[in-house]
Amino acid sequence: MKTNTYANGEMMRLEKVSKSFAANLVLDQVDFTMRAGSVIALAGENGAGKSTLMNVISGVHPRSAGEIYLRGKPVNFNNPRQAIEAGIAIIHQELNLLDELTVAENIFLGREPVGAMRIIDQARIERETQALLTRLKQGFSPGTRVGSLSIAQQQMVEVAKALSFDADVIIMDEPTDALSDVETATLFEIVSELKKEGRAIAFITHRLAEIFQICDRVAILRDGSLVHEGPTSEVTETELIRHMVGRELSHHYPYAPAVPGETRVSVNNLSGAGFNNVSFQARAGEVVGFSGLIGAGRTELAKAIYGANPIISGHLTVNGREISPRGPHDGVAAKIGYVAEDRKAEGLVQMHSLGSNITLGALQEMTGRAGLIDRQREKTVVDRFISLFGIKTQGADKPVDQLSGGNQQKVSIAKTLAAAPEILILDEPTRGVDVGAKREIYMLIQTLKEQGICVLLMSSDLPEILGISDRILVMSKGRLTGAFDHTTATQEAIMQAAVA
Amino acid sequence: MNVKKILIDNKSLVGLLLMMAVISVLSPNFLSVDNLLNILRQTSINAIIAVGMTYVILTAGIDLSVGSVLALAGAVCASMISADTPLLLAVVATLLIGGALGAANGVVVSLLGVQPFIATLVGMTILRGATLVYTGGRPISTGDFDVAESFYQIGGGYVGPIPVPVVVILLVFALFWVILNHTRFGRYVYAIGGNENVTRIAGIHVTRVKVLVYALSGMMAALAGMILTARLESAQPTAGIGYELDAIAAVVLGGTSLMGGRGTLVGTLIGALIIGVLNNALNLMDVSSYFQQIAKGSVILLAVVVDSRVKSSA
Repeated sequence: MKTNTYANGEMMRLEKVSKSFAANLVLDQVDFTMRAGSVIALAGENGAGKSTLMNVISGVHPRSAGEIYLRGKPVNFNNPRQAIEAGIAIIHQELNLLDELTVAENIFLGREPVGAMRIIDQARIERETQALLTRLKQGFSPGTRVGSLSIAQQQMVEVAKALSFDADVIIMDEPTDALSDVETATLFEIVSELKKEGRAIAFITHRLAEIFQICDRVAILRDGSLVHEGPTSEVTETELIRHMVGRELSHHYPYAPAVPGETRVSVNNLSGAGFNNVSFQARAGEVVGFSGLIGAGRTELAKAIYGANPIISGHLTVNGREISPRGPHDGVAAKIGYVAEDRKAEGLVQMHSLGSNITLGALQEMTGRAGLIDRQREKTVVDRFISLFGIKTQGADKPVDQLSGGNQQKVSIAKTLAAAPEILILDEPTRGVDVGAKREIYMLIQTLKEQGICVLLMSSDLPEILGISDRILVMSKGRLTGAFDHTTATQEAIMQAAVA
Repeated sequence: MNVKKILIDNKSLVGLLLMMAVISVLSPNFLSVDNLLNILRQTSINAIIAVGMTYVILTAGIDLSVGSVLALAGAVCASMISADTPLLLAVVATLLIGGALGAANGVVVSLLGVQPFIATLVGMTILRGATLVYTGGRPISTGDFDVAESFYQIGGGYVGPIPVPVVVILLVFALFWVILNHTRFGRYVYAIGGNENVTRIAGIHVTRVKVLVYALSGMMAALAGMILTARLESAQPTAGIGYELDAIAAVVLGGTSLMGGRGTLVGTLIGALIIGVLNNALNLMDVSSYFQQIAKGSVILLAVVVDSRVKSSA
């Protein structure tokens, strides 16, 4: 039990903190207080300044103006190390783990306990890691190579790492984004424990429900300014959204019942790595949602249909023709589009421009008779997607890695749509995307559906699946364990099938 | 500010010009037309190899086998010429042999999944051995048929005042530049280097592109081997040893990232010229060949360090 009591249990306080990059003011005189034994939500759209605020607190970026007080004393962090030593831990949104090291080695990286002859005390780091993993209810061992873990499990390793610092101030940057409901529940239990121990926690999330579930207070940033701060019990979801986007935004999902056309995809007894004996059909003009826990085999199924993963047995019929894709190029040839879950590793060439990413898979259409790319035609296509999707960018020639998560996701979807698929597979399309952009993606899915595209939506976000799918298929341990209609599906029924 | 940006964007060229200015003061003969044409001719072989190497490095690969491909293709070409094979047939056959040897590298890299460094190191070793076996360790003369005389022109001839190899590199450069900047294939070369997995998931036949990239590199090595053989009127079994390093240095001096995905062919051409000018200057200034290596290595190191400093400050 930590007993750090300062005025009002205040652990950390930011006073009129500003931050600008060159001429760009990113944080404008923000006041932000974290109290011992309290969880404060930090919400806002992508680009509102949440991450910058966290980077200022944790010493990644120096602030341009204002004061930061920790336990009542003014502090100045010049680098992350100093912040960590002062008891501030951050769980980053982008995973910062080394794939080739084990879980234990990652957690103790840079501060390995050593014994005689400066030999690392391997037994100790494994023992301490095991204790952390047990606390987090994770089944994998400390000696597991991080690269072999799922994204959700890697996220849990990040949490374990933060816990290992025994920090008083813990900042979680969208920690549930990659987690399924079960893992999220575990994480929330941990958060309540940390709260009881008197730690101050800041929780960044795009999922509004989570704010009401575990946060005591909520602070909202918009365009670098604090626009709202107060107890969670005194605001409604609608008010939160209004604060975040600065306008009224319905939080109902855009949905109109499908007018399904001919069968586009027919899967019969399909098996592959991660999924078994799956059969379903999907038609033109409908959205088929795939729900389930992390690791249920949705991504594997999606990739197998697209050709990125091998099919072991069974039949796959697309547009009336049976295919056995040997690579994504065969999927593309069959008019299937796939928007990958992992934008960094599979979605976008980060160092290359927005424009060349969008047209990467669609250059065939833009190549003239001499085999030369028609730059003008390419520019037209790129500009059309930028304005259609409202992608916020300084220009089509700017590298993708300078864009916010939501805008990157839009580029990723645009890249797939540029190849004009008839079947669109979306794998976690709203992961790491803010409310405004989420809604735009939902509207886009609705529009695509109306245009007769067959959409397969893989998502861990239950409300999202319930909100926009015409039919919902539930997977568990690689098998289909439930099928529901838009009108009859409930959260409870889906969860039951998901753990079956 | 604008001037600074222009200087930074063209730092390889600025470096080359600065170097030439300094050398012209130290050595008055340097700027003569004859000497400059001489530099271009000497640079052409490295530049041709470096053009192919640029493609390979843009895909985040490397091709260490170019020197051995050069030697083997040159040897086969020399025996064809000495057997009175029609010129065009011999030229095309040599290029195809180079292409096939390169493609073999590409297959080992992309289908067997061997690291490019190891795959082409193995290629370098095996092909050097093959060259020694083929030649029996002795030079192969291009012979006395009439065709040998026309073949000599490829390496030693002139178009007006311009040496034929210089014309060849200009044509090769133009062709490769258009392919890299204006075709799908070129776009995929960059994309693979930027992120091979993303490129594959986007539905691009990555294997095919990579095999072709290594094939082009092999073909350029064979072209360089042909020029060298033509000029010397014989193929040497030890030709091309160490050429891969000059080519890689030219690519890197030109600002192409060894991590792939970023770089230009124009940069490579300037990089090759920097090396060519340096070699020439060290000869003009009578620096002993022992010291030349040290000087060359130091200049390359300096250039790369300055380059990364400028990059991080920009």
